[in-house]
Amino acid sequence: MTQDIIIQAIISGLLMGFVYALIAVGLSLIFGLMEIVNFAHGEFLMLSMYTAFWLWSLFGLDPLFALPLCAALMFTLGIATHYGIIRHILHAPMLVQICATFGLAIFLRASAQFLWTPDPRTITTSLVEGRVEILGIFLGLPQIVASVGSLAAFALLYLFITRSDTGLALQATAQDRQAASLMGIPVDRMYALGWGIGSACVGVAGVLLATFRPVDPEVGALYALLAYVAVALGGFGSILGSLFAGLLIGQMEALAGWLIDPSYKYVVIFSLYLVVVVLRPQGLFGRF
Amino acid sequence: MAPPRASAPAATPPPAALDGPDSALRAAQAEPLHPPLSGRQKTLGILGAAALVAYPFVFNTPFPQHVMIMIFLYGMMAQSWNIMAGYCGQISLGHAMFFGIGAYSSAFLFVTYQISPWLGMLVGIVIAMAAAAVIGLPTFRLRGHYFAIATLVIGEIVQIVVQRWEFIGAATGIWLPIIRENQLVNFQFNDSKIPYYFIALGFLIVACLAVRHMERSRLGFYFRAIREEPEAARSLGVNITLYKSLAFMLSAAFMAMAGTFYAQYVLVVDPEVVFPLTLSILVLLMAVMGGVGTLWGPLIGAAVLIPLSETTRILLGGTGGAVDLIIYGALIVVICLFKPEGLIGLVRQWLPAPPAEREADHGDS
Amino acid sequence: MAILEVEGLTKKFGGLIANNDISFRVEAGEILGLIGPNGAGKSTLFELLTGFYPPDRGAIRFQGHPIVGLRPDRINRLGIARTFQKLKPFQNMTVVENVMVAAMQHTANPRKARTQALETLSFVGLLEMRNAHAKALSTGQRKRLEMARAMATRPRLLLLDEVTGGVDQRSIPGLIELVGRLRREGMTLILIEHNMQVLMSLADRVLALHLGRKIADGTPTEIQNHRGVIESYLGAAYA
Repeated sequence: MTQDIIIQAIISGLLMGFVYALIAVGLSLIFGLMEIVNFAHGEFLMLSMYTAFWLWSLFGLDPLFALPLCAALMFTLGIATHYGIIRHILHAPMLVQICATFGLAIFLRASAQFLWTPDPRTITTSLVEGRVEILGIFLGLPQIVASVGSLAAFALLYLFITRSDTGLALQATAQDRQAASLMGIPVDRMYALGWGIGSACVGVAGVLLATFRPVDPEVGALYALLAYVAVALGGFGSILGSLFAGLLIGQMEALAGWLIDPSYKYVVIFSLYLVVVVLRPQGLFGRF
Repeated sequence: MAPPRASAPAATPPPAALDGPDSALRAAQAEPLHPPLSGRQKTLGILGAAALVAYPFVFNTPFPQHVMIMIFLYGMMAQSWNIMAGYCGQISLGHAMFFGIGAYSSAFLFVTYQISPWLGMLVGIVIAMAAAAVIGLPTFRLRGHYFAIATLVIGEIVQIVVQRWEFIGAATGIWLPIIRENQLVNFQFNDSKIPYYFIALGFLIVACLAVRHMERSRLGFYFRAIREEPEAARSLGVNITLYKSLAFMLSAAFMAMAGTFYAQYVLVVDPEVVFPLTLSILVLLMAVMGGVGTLWGPLIGAAVLIPLSETTRILLGGTGGAVDLIIYGALIVVICLFKPEGLIGLVRQWLPAPPAEREADHGDS
Repeated sequence: MAILEVEGLTKKFGGLIANNDISFRVEAGEILGLIGPNGAGKSTLFELLTGFYPPDRGAIRFQGHPIVGLRPDRINRLGIARTFQKLKPFQNMTVVENVMVAAMQHTANPRKARTQALETLSFVGLLEMRNAHAKALSTGQRKRLEMARAMATRPRLLLLDEVTGGVDQRSIPGLIELVGRLRREGMTLILIEHNMQVLMSLADRVLALHLGRKIADGTPTEIQNHRGVIESYLGAAYA
C-alpha cells in the first residue's frame, strides 16, 4: 500500500518534472545567450494559460488544438519583448536589466488582474480528461499528456539547438558574441530568436498546464520561482542541465510533499538551491 | 608572531615640491570636502522642512496623512535597500524578510510579554542584523544573479516557515490589542494619525542622516569601491566580506525599524503582508525609479509611487483593480529604457549640479 | 636583507602549469624586472604573490613572515601593493575618491585621506584631473591612477603590471620617469614589462620566465645576451 503511494508520488513527480524542465529551459536559453534573467517568465506562462482558457471558453477550441496558436503567439511576444525592451538595455547595469523585466512582469500580471479579475478559471472539458490506471497506479490523463508534450517539445528544441544551422549559430552566439558577429552571424537576430524560442517553450508549457490547473493572474509566480531554481541548479545556459534540474525538482516536490510535509516541500527545493550554489557556484552543469 | 603592519611608510607620499609649484596642491587640499549648499538648495530645504511640519495640520483628514506616512515608511525601506544595493552593489531580492522580522519581533514581545514596542524594535533590529550576517557569510561569494536569486529564495523560505510556525501565530499572524493608555510607551495612537506621521518622519530622517553619514565616511567609500571593482578594493586592503556584511546589516536594521513601525500602525502582522516577495520588489523598484546609490533617489521613488497607488486605490476601490500596478510596471520599464539613472537625473537638471561624488551607477553589471 | 623570498612556487590550472617551481629573492630598495613571452606566467606570479590565487606548492615570505594563505586585503595591509594588467579603476568615482579609498587604510578621516590622496595624485601628475570620473580618463592616465592608488596604501613592495603596455608612445617617457621617481623614494619594485628598453633603464635585475619556469636571473645586460631568453622570445632559429 505505502509502496504504491511512493511509486505514485515518484511518477507524478516525473510527469511534472518534464513540464518544469520545459519552463526552465526557456529561461535558461535566454540567459545563456545574453546573461539576462527574464523575471517576466512566469507571466508569459500565465498569458499562455489565459489564451488557452479564452480560446476554449469563447470558441470552444480544445487546448490541444490551441497549442500551436499559443506557441506562435508567445514566440511573437518574446520577439517583441526583445526588440521593444531588451535590446535597449543589453549593456545597461544588471540592476536595470532586472528592473526592466520585473516591470514587465508587474505590468502583465496587473493587466491580467484588471482585465480578467483575480478569480481562478478552469478549463472544464477537454479532449484529455479523467484518470487512467496503469498497473494499479492512477494517473491523470492531462498530466500524462502534459509531460509527454513537454518532453516532445524539449526534444524538438534540443535537436534544433544541436543539429540545425540556426541552432549552431545560437550556440556560437552564446559562447562568444564577438566572435559570432565576426563570423557573420546576425547577433541581434539571434537574440530575438532566443527570446522567441524561450517564450514559445513557456507558451507550450502553459497550454499543457491549463488542461489541469486553474489559471489566475498569480499563477506564474510559483512556476517562475521553480524555474529560477532549476536554471541555477542546472547551470545558467545549460539545456540538458535544465532537463535534469527540472526532473530533480519534480521528484523533490513529490517526495518532500509525501515524506516531510506538503507545506514544506518548497523549503526543501529552495534549500537545495542554496546548498548547490554555495558549494558549486556555477551550478551543477556548465553552459551549453 | 603576527607580521608587523606596514604602518611606517617606506615611501611616504613625497613632498609636492618635486612636482613644481606646490601651490596647486595646497589649493586643491584647501578645497572643501563637500561643496556648500547653493542658495536655491537652502531655500528649498527650509521650505520643504516647514511644509513637512505644517502638512498634517493643514490636511487634517486621515487620507492625506496616511499617504504621507506611507511615503515616509516606503522611503525608509527604499533607502535601506539602497545602502546594500545602491552603494555596495549587492542586489537583494529578499529584503522583505527583515521588515517581517522587525514587525514580528516587536509585535510578539508586546503581545506575549507586554514589552514596549520601542524595546521590541531594538530586539528586532538586532535579530535582523544577525540574520543578515548569517545569510551573508555563505552567499557573498555568489556573483550577480546567483546572489540575487539566493536572497529571493531565502525570503521565500522565511515566509513559508513563518506561515507554518504556530508559536508566532502561523498564517493568522499576530493581532495587537488596542490600548488607550500610555500611548507613547505602547507606540499606539488611536485618536489621530499625527503622532504616527511625526514618528515615521523621524525614522525616515534618521535613516537618511545615517546614509548621508555613511556616504561621506570610510564605510561609504569602501562600499562604493566594492560595488565598482571588488578585486581592486581587495588589492587596496579592503576586507570585502566584512564590508558587504556591514552593508547588509545596516540595511537590515532600517528595514526592521520600518517593520516595527508598520506593525504599530496597522496593529496586525501576518506573513502574507510583511514577508512577501512583492514587498521586496516594490522597495527595489522605488529605489531604482528614483535613482540608486544616491541619497535622494529612494525618497523620490517613494514620493512618486505611493501617491499613485494610494489614489488609484481610493478612486477605483478595493485593490484599485491593480491599475496602480499597471502604471508602476509600465513606468519602471519606461524609466529603465529612457532614464536608467532614475528620476533623480531629471531633478538634477533642475537643481544646481550636486557634488560629483554622489553620482553613482546601478550596482555591478 | 631580502624583503621578499619566494621558494618553489607552483601553480597549475587544470593541465597547464602556469608557474613551475619558481624561486627568487628581492632585496629591499631593488627594482626587479619580470620578462617573458605571453603565457610565461608573469601575471600568475603576481596573483600568487598578492594572495588572489592560492599556490599549489611553495612558500612566499615577506619581510621574513610567510604570507601564503592570507587574503589579498591582508597582504596589502602588510605592505605589498599591486596594479592590474587589465586596469580596474572605480569607474563611477572621481580620481581623488579612487585614491582616497586606498589612503583610508591609514585614516578613517575623509579630510586627512583626501589630503594624502592629493599628495599622491600630485606625485603621479594627476592633480588637475582630481574631480574627473575615472571612466573619463585616457589609458595612460588610468595607469597613473592605478599606480597612485597602490602607492597610497603606503606599500614597502609595489608590483606593477605592464606600466607601458597599451599606452600611446607619448605617454611612455612620463611613466618611466614616474617609476624612476618611485625608485628614488626608496620603494622596492617588481615590474612586468615587455619593453626591453624600459627595463634596461629601470631594472637592477631581471627575471626571465618561459612556460612557467624561471629560465634566467641576472642584470639587464646579462639577460639581454642570455641565449635562452632570446630563444624564448624569437624561437630557436634566431638565436
